Amino acid sequence: MTHTIRAAGLVKRYGAVTALDGLDLTVPKGTVLGLLGPNGAGKTTAVRILTTLLEADAGEVEVAGIDVRRDPEKVREKIGLSGQNAAVDEHLTAHENLEMVGRLYHLGARRARARAVELLEEFDLTDAAHRPTKTYSGGMRRRLDLAAALVAEPEVVFLDEPTTGLDPRSRVQMWETIQDLVRKGSTVLLTTQYMEEADRLADDIVVIDRGRAIARGTADELKRQIGGERIEVVLSDAADVPRAHAYLTELSVDGVQVDEQARRLSAGVSGGAEALRELLGRLADGGVELLDVGLRRPTLDDVFLSLTGHVAEDTAGDEEDGSVDSVEREREVAR
Amino acid sequence: MRELALAFADGAVVAKRNLIKIKRVPEVLIWTTMSPIMFVVLFAYVFGSSIEVPGVPYREYLIAGVFVQTVIFGSTFTGAGLAEDMTKGIIDRFRSLPMARSALLFGRTASDIVYNSISILVMSITGLIVGWRIRTDALDAVLGFVLLLAFAYAVSWIMAYVGLKVSSVEVVNNASFMVIFPMTFIANTFVVSDNLPGPLETFAEWNPVSAVAQAAREAFGNTGALPPPDAWPLRNPVLYAVVWIVVIIAIFAPLSVRQYQRASAR
Repeated sequence: MTHTIRAAGLVKRYGAVTALDGLDLTVPKGTVLGLLGPNGAGKTTAVRILTTLLEADAGEVEVAGIDVRRDPEKVREKIGLSGQNAAVDEHLTAHENLEMVGRLYHLGARRARARAVELLEEFDLTDAAHRPTKTYSGGMRRRLDLAAALVAEPEVVFLDEPTTGLDPRSRVQMWETIQDLVRKGSTVLLTTQYMEEADRLADDIVVIDRGRAIARGTADELKRQIGGERIEVVLSDAADVPRAHAYLTELSVDGVQVDEQARRLSAGVSGGAEALRELLGRLADGGVELLDVGLRRPTLDDVFLSLTGHVAEDTAGDEEDGSVDSVEREREVAR
Repeated sequence: MRELALAFADGAVVAKRNLIKIKRVPEVLIWTTMSPIMFVVLFAYVFGSSIEVPGVPYREYLIAGVFVQTVIFGSTFTGAGLAEDMTKGIIDRFRSLPMARSALLFGRTASDIVYNSISILVMSITGLIVGWRIRTDALDAVLGFVLLLAFAYAVSWIMAYVGLKVSSVEVVNNASFMVIFPMTFIANTFVVSDNLPGPLETFAEWNPVSAVAQAAREAFGNTGALPPPDAWPLRNPVLYAVVWIVVIIAIFAPLSVRQYQRASAR
């Protein structure tokens, strides 16, 4: 199998802070790799090295068959980058932005203009094409930024947290756009803080923490490893706890956690919806009254807890903005 | 050779981008034109009423000085523009594109020549209104303007370096103000340097700003019956100014390009 992206033993230090600590990545041609991790895990640093913006202290990097360290110029011809902070010129219109990028990819004036029109159409920005991007919403600006990454129809596309900070509607739109891109056969490396996003877009996922890969596999493999979804029930009567515990134990894949005081029980299950229906049936038959019940998908925190034993935390001095708290809040909103 | 052609082509694309901003943010253009008018009028009427320069009307003497000071201030656009690109993250976009390494800087400094040309034009018209005259032929006058722009261009490479190095647009503006103000005042821009106290006089005589002002005055024929200067730089102002221009660019262009290659968005 040919690998479009191949990185081995990447190390990057900023003074005393080690941003990358021997990261290995391979992305087969035509697939999407999701780099999943909390703020400060080293996702952006990895992307910056792969896109020639930063030199690694150690390690080997090859993108589209070219050694990044030896021939960064050549790599730049083959890649498109869409970063976290919508790097478009706010005084220029969308059309002018895309035309400029096309010219700087050396497409020639006519081709650059034609490509701008095509992309604006494709990204649903035609109506706003001749307005300065200053007037755009966050979602529109992100779409334009992504369009800019695709101007030269690059072999490899890097998307650094393409939906961080977007409202739920724009996020879903962005996902659809990226899925289209993937269907056309691009090789994509995408970083994200959202399990759900990686699940939806990526063929393979690498979970990174503190500059190191701590797990890799398909979304399903990882979910099995983490224990999939969790059922949570809160009972109205403490006397029912033992019975509920027994029912839940049968369905659980990783044991039942009980909070006697709150009369709350929770357990990881496989086949969440089915398990939930089953449990509810039994509880009803047994006459157990419920205050609350829910099915919870594993969050990034669950992933980290189960993989590392520690909660995902914000490492100081990193280049990525936002915090785990805000991620959680956004997840709430996204549901 | 191909690299150079590429740098020019890519630089032109970047320059065009910068010039579009004039259209979109006309306030910038208004500022670029208003402040030179203010300088000419203020100096002509406020200082002009109490400063005397032997052998030539003060307003005639003054204008070349205002020109130099204004185009040097104009070069701070380069630093401010680059600092803005750094904070907005668009620098990462540029750096990930297969464009020439020097193109962003060439484009920026080039578009700032346009800003400075506009402000020189406005100042000239204002100057003509308050009594300044060009007393030489067109060729001399053009050479005078070219030298002013060339010096400002060289200074804009210093500003480019500063803009890539510091953390914000405000820092560029404040830092450059702290340097440009004394540089343009301890010179023969607004007064005759002979009257300055000892060390300041020497500084003024060897200050390239003085040489540029002197060269411009001679080019426009504004020296009247001024006694000829003693100091070597002021007796050979064009040569001295050109040496400075070449040296500044030779040092700061490569430094800035190197800084750009290392730069990352903040």
